[in-house]
Amino acid sequence: MRVWRYGDDVNTDMLFPGKYTYTCSTAEEIKPHLLEDLDPSFAKGAQRGDLIIAGKNFGCGSSREQPVVGLAAVGISAVVAGSFARIFYRASINQGLLLIECPEAVKAYRTGDAVAVDVEKSLVTIGTRSFSFPRLPPEILAIRDAGGLLPYTRARLKKRKSC
Amino acid sequence: MGHTFAEKLLAHYAKKNDVVPGEIVTVHPDHLLMHDNAAPIVKKITADLDVYGICDPSMPIIVLDHVIPAADEKTAANHQLIRGFVKKYNLPYFYDVGEGVCHQIVVEKGLALPGKLLLGSDSHTCSYGAVGAFSTGIDRTEAAALLLTGETWLKVPKSIRIILLGSIHSPVSAKDVVLWVIGQIGASGADYYSVEYQGDVAQFSIDDRFTIANMGVEMGAKNAVFPVDKVTTKYLQSLRVASTQYTAVSADPDAVYASTLNVPLDEIPPMVAVPHHVDNVKPVAEVAGIHLHQCLLGTCTNGRVSDLKVAAKILKGKTVHRDIRLLVLPASRQVYLDALKEGYIDIFLKAGGVVLPPGCGPCLGAHQGVLAPGERCLSTSNRNFKGRMGCKDAEIYLASPATVAASAIHGVITDPRSEVKP
Repeated sequence: MRVWRYGDDVNTDMLFPGKYTYTCSTAEEIKPHLLEDLDPSFAKGAQRGDLIIAGKNFGCGSSREQPVVGLAAVGISAVVAGSFARIFYRASINQGLLLIECPEAVKAYRTGDAVAVDVEKSLVTIGTRSFSFPRLPPEILAIRDAGGLLPYTRARLKKRKSC
Repeated sequence: MGHTFAEKLLAHYAKKNDVVPGEIVTVHPDHLLMHDNAAPIVKKITADLDVYGICDPSMPIIVLDHVIPAADEKTAANHQLIRGFVKKYNLPYFYDVGEGVCHQIVVEKGLALPGKLLLGSDSHTCSYGAVGAFSTGIDRTEAAALLLTGETWLKVPKSIRIILLGSIHSPVSAKDVVLWVIGQIGASGADYYSVEYQGDVAQFSIDDRFTIANMGVEMGAKNAVFPVDKVTTKYLQSLRVASTQYTAVSADPDAVYASTLNVPLDEIPPMVAVPHHVDNVKPVAEVAGIHLHQCLLGTCTNGRVSDLKVAAKILKGKTVHRDIRLLVLPASRQVYLDALKEGYIDIFLKAGGVVLPPGCGPCLGAHQGVLAPGERCLSTSNRNFKGRMGCKDAEIYLASPATVAASAIHGVITDPRSEVKP
């Protein structure tokens, strides 16, 4: 597992350039351009189970969901950040991508530290120190745990038969 | 204890007497905005739509604006798919290529009204706070689910109050005010918050309020809203919207705010956001003289007739500097027609400008004015992120229409006070 470390205000243009927004929509189209203008080594090197640690306001800017779809498809196990921009935060719930808002953990992290996440206990461990992070309300967790908003919506529609 | 705008409006839509910040509510928005991204949204749920249909066909608004006219086969096929979808489901609110930028269209067509709730799969959906609506951005997947179910959840936000005090002095404009505010609050300072503008707002036209609300998301805000006053009702009357068609929502005098920012309007000079963050603001005077290659006038932030008027007054009888490409992007067909009638387009063309079709143009870097490595653009748009205009090795500065027009003449960032007598 590798930790990718980034700073504050990583915006959606850095995560996925706007010029591709209307030509790349599927995970396979998105993946080669992830973080293209911020860290060209990410798209080549990121692997399932890797983790991102970043500063505050991660995902600010556009509502484009390609960054989230791409990070989920790569298999990023969690993004730990000081804070997140709200549309990005919502989009991550909707794609089943785990976001952890924990400025203390970000501050504690030093290159090379082992990082572990325990979702059940809402704990992120950096080296030997553990930090708790806020738990999502149950009705919102249900969306993420269903694998995202569309599987969640389909299950509800099946029960209701109509909107 | 009184309630904020967001608390009152969301309580109404949640059919509750009372809501508190942090509470999760289920809402049925009046409208759902999509643009060129309606194509990937629809593709996600084509099979589901065949089974369940669209929950509320009067909810979606679709405006083709982001890459118009289509730049290549792929974008053309997306537009084609959207037109087919609109026909199949007989959607009433569809605006094809050339009508304008989605946010301008939503307001101009009277679809955003005081007290209404609008969601949109575009971050600048927050613009409709200009007319007293609650509006905010969502992602594509959520838009897809909304088409199927007509409802979603919202967390009731805490609110920040921004009190505008005093008067602005031409050529200082709403854009300078909002850049100054973002500089104070920071790019994340309003994350998750509802922002309410109060105080001496009567001097700000709906165009001005649009500019300010549009940039709410650049400080992280969920929504940004102005009170509904005579300026609003007069504007809506001009759109033939009667006051019986809406009920304005206003904050209680004893509402509780997380914080308050006082804005001394008289002290604000022409401002500019320098690369590569919107909160990286400085007075224009501090960066005057920086060489430019492109000037962009217009967009959903500053592409209305009053914006073009300010620029036209400065450019009248002048010629754009030979090193500058001046791109003019009216926010809608109606704005374009009005600007033609007023003679502004004539002024821009004679000055050496290029008038683009009403849409998003080069703002998001897809076409029509992409920058080359090492180039610098001064723009009236809302984002200066690295790579935003298609090239990571280019620089974008953000400023008002007056500053962009004055700078286009001189080829360098220019304080508009040198061109316009206050």
